Amino acid sequence: MSVNNLLENWAQFRHFHPVEDKPHDPYKWAMSIDLDACSGCNACSVACYAENNIPVVGKEKYAHGQAMHWIRIEHYWDEDIGSPGGREFPEQGAQFLPMMCQQCEAAPCETVCPVGATNHTADGLNSQIYNRCIGSRYCSANCPYKVRYFNWYDYPTTDNVWPETMTRQLNPDVTVRSKGVMEKCTFCVQRLNAAMSNARSEGRKVHDGEVQTACQQACPTSAISFGNLVDPESRVAKQWARQQVELAKDKQTKDAEPGGSRLRGYRILEELRPYPSVMYLERVRESAV
Amino acid sequence: MEKDIREDIAWAQINKDVLRSLETPRPLYWVILLVALAMVGVGVGCEIYQYQTGMGVANMNNPHVWGLYIATFIFWIGMSHSGTLLSAILHLMHADWRKPIYRFAEAMTTFSLMTAGLFVMVHLGRLWQFYYSLPYPNERGLWPNFQSPLLWDAMAIFTYLSSSIIFLYVGMIPDLAICRDNMHPGWRKKLYSLLALGWEGTDRQWRNFRVTYLTVACFLIPLAVSVHSIVASDFAMSQQPGWHVTSSPPYFVAGALYSGCAAIISLFIILRYVFKFEEYMTLSILKKTSRLTFAIAMVWTYLNAVEFASVWYSHDEAAKDVLIQKATGTYAPFWWMMIFCGSVVPLMLAFKRFQANIPVLFAVSLLLNLGMWLERWMIVAPTFSHGYYPWAWDHDQWPSLVQWGIVFGSFGWFALLFMVFCKVFPSVSMYEVKEMVYHRSLALKNGETAEEGVH
Repeated sequence: MSVNNLLENWAQFRHFHPVEDKPHDPYKWAMSIDLDACSGCNACSVACYAENNIPVVGKEKYAHGQAMHWIRIEHYWDEDIGSPGGREFPEQGAQFLPMMCQQCEAAPCETVCPVGATNHTADGLNSQIYNRCIGSRYCSANCPYKVRYFNWYDYPTTDNVWPETMTRQLNPDVTVRSKGVMEKCTFCVQRLNAAMSNARSEGRKVHDGEVQTACQQACPTSAISFGNLVDPESRVAKQWARQQVELAKDKQTKDAEPGGSRLRGYRILEELRPYPSVMYLERVRESAV
Repeated sequence: MEKDIREDIAWAQINKDVLRSLETPRPLYWVILLVALAMVGVGVGCEIYQYQTGMGVANMNNPHVWGLYIATFIFWIGMSHSGTLLSAILHLMHADWRKPIYRFAEAMTTFSLMTAGLFVMVHLGRLWQFYYSLPYPNERGLWPNFQSPLLWDAMAIFTYLSSSIIFLYVGMIPDLAICRDNMHPGWRKKLYSLLALGWEGTDRQWRNFRVTYLTVACFLIPLAVSVHSIVASDFAMSQQPGWHVTSSPPYFVAGALYSGCAAIISLFIILRYVFKFEEYMTLSILKKTSRLTFAIAMVWTYLNAVEFASVWYSHDEAAKDVLIQKATGTYAPFWWMMIFCGSVVPLMLAFKRFQANIPVLFAVSLLLNLGMWLERWMIVAPTFSHGYYPWAWDHDQWPSLVQWGIVFGSFGWFALLFMVFCKVFPSVSMYEVKEMVYHRSLALKNGETAEEGVH
């Protein structure tokens, strides 16, 4: 902290393109989610609660919209329910979409935080520093997906979400968050860091499938795949390539094709240019669940 | 045409009248003070409860992460603008009718900024760590995030607050000397002697004083514009539908001047009665203030129309949806109320017979400020209720009593600070009123001489 700070060459940190200017090497964590495979069973969400020490807020707070589900299963219903010739039972028209932090490359939440509590890591994660957060909630206000969750109450102590008998259920690798801080999906950063550290000590890179996120691990239909987008041999990179979805583009070339693309891959709210790291595969299945 | 002030008031009479306001106000003063104190009590109680339990008691949720706090914060920041308008801008334009009323307008600026500052604090999830947002030296070399509009906000507000305190104080020095010279020994005498900085009214002192006052006034004007533009940037720089509007900064500044002028009318009427200032705060000045308010109201209405039109004719479907939601959804009653209070009620001020009618003006000015508070709420809440992501739409969230209590308490806090100020410091500028009387009587005398010459 001196005058030299001001004289440094800050231009080297300036970005002209949010993705292409900072090549991720050797890792860029990304996900793809096959909506055709998703059965809406919520196992991913449960696994996430267990892995990441997420407080279960209870019925009343859930009804107030204060739930903390880092990954949530969204239900959408077909519009033809009840109309003549339409489906009779709403369940038949249910569609599911697992939604979590999209780990955007140009994250709208990062620039607005007054204290810099949310940052981009070298391996392409949107990180949250709980200790630094002062709870201005500007990040959540600017998040187009609304996937950031605020600790409205002091869950670990006063709200007693984890009674004495349950404290051993908590994951020791993950911080328990106190009241007044923002939190969100981390892509299970504790697992990633452990895997990267192991690999580094053995002088190699993390290979595909070596590390799984909790949601991916729990998914009975393997709808979620997760891995390193930089490694062209990884399952995720292959899926992205096959769907012609490119991380650095805000409009995919395939979408410009006349009549639209027949490929299923898309990213949510891509047109806002946050460059999300999660690709969804459109549902094609006609039948219910 | 009625006179702004009588030309034949003796200077000693001015001193006497203003100094009397420091000692014996009407009983209503004490009633206001007590009510304000009770309101502050409610606010403080709610804040203690929220601090202890967590922000959840405010009934905020995902997506409604900002509530009335931010809306009321903008309201108070806005309120602070007309003090600068009245004292600095009108000072440069040599509009001398501002002289009897600018002191309390400046006090209003300072205290509403202090109130606004409180809302930033109340809003924080971890109030005890608020200093992380300050660029203070620390061994880790950590800085706040200079990209964040919230940080610009904090800096703009702090600069504006400190400058307006300086402006208020500098403008008061000759008056403090008058107080010092006329008070019986006691705490007041000590206070005024300290603050008057040994003012003797020599030529040299007056010359330096004029230059200083003018410099601070010139410094303050761009600040007043920048501070509310930056508050607008909190919204305009985000990418949420309904906030991401280019015309936001001027719109916010116009809204700020508007609510400030309306507040000046309300406080004008209260002070005039409470401190028996009928001789100084004349109906003619009130008339000028209400005309000014009317003009600003029309500017605000125009900018509102610009904003709606630019959203309506844009290709931004999400922003358009938010606008439709405002006009037809859950918030429709409040939104239409805002249009009514902000654009229809001020039309009353266009009629000459209402321009100096005290009961009508009092009611109108309160309605205008209600409209302006609703405006701020209608900027914040509907966008949260109807953002980009349909799954996260929430049209039913309603702020809890804790939020309402703190908002309610803030009005008490402002009234408390303001009323205490008016009792401790002269709320009418004695030396400037004397100047005004002098200039007017001079003009009158010149006119008479000229007339004599004709005969």
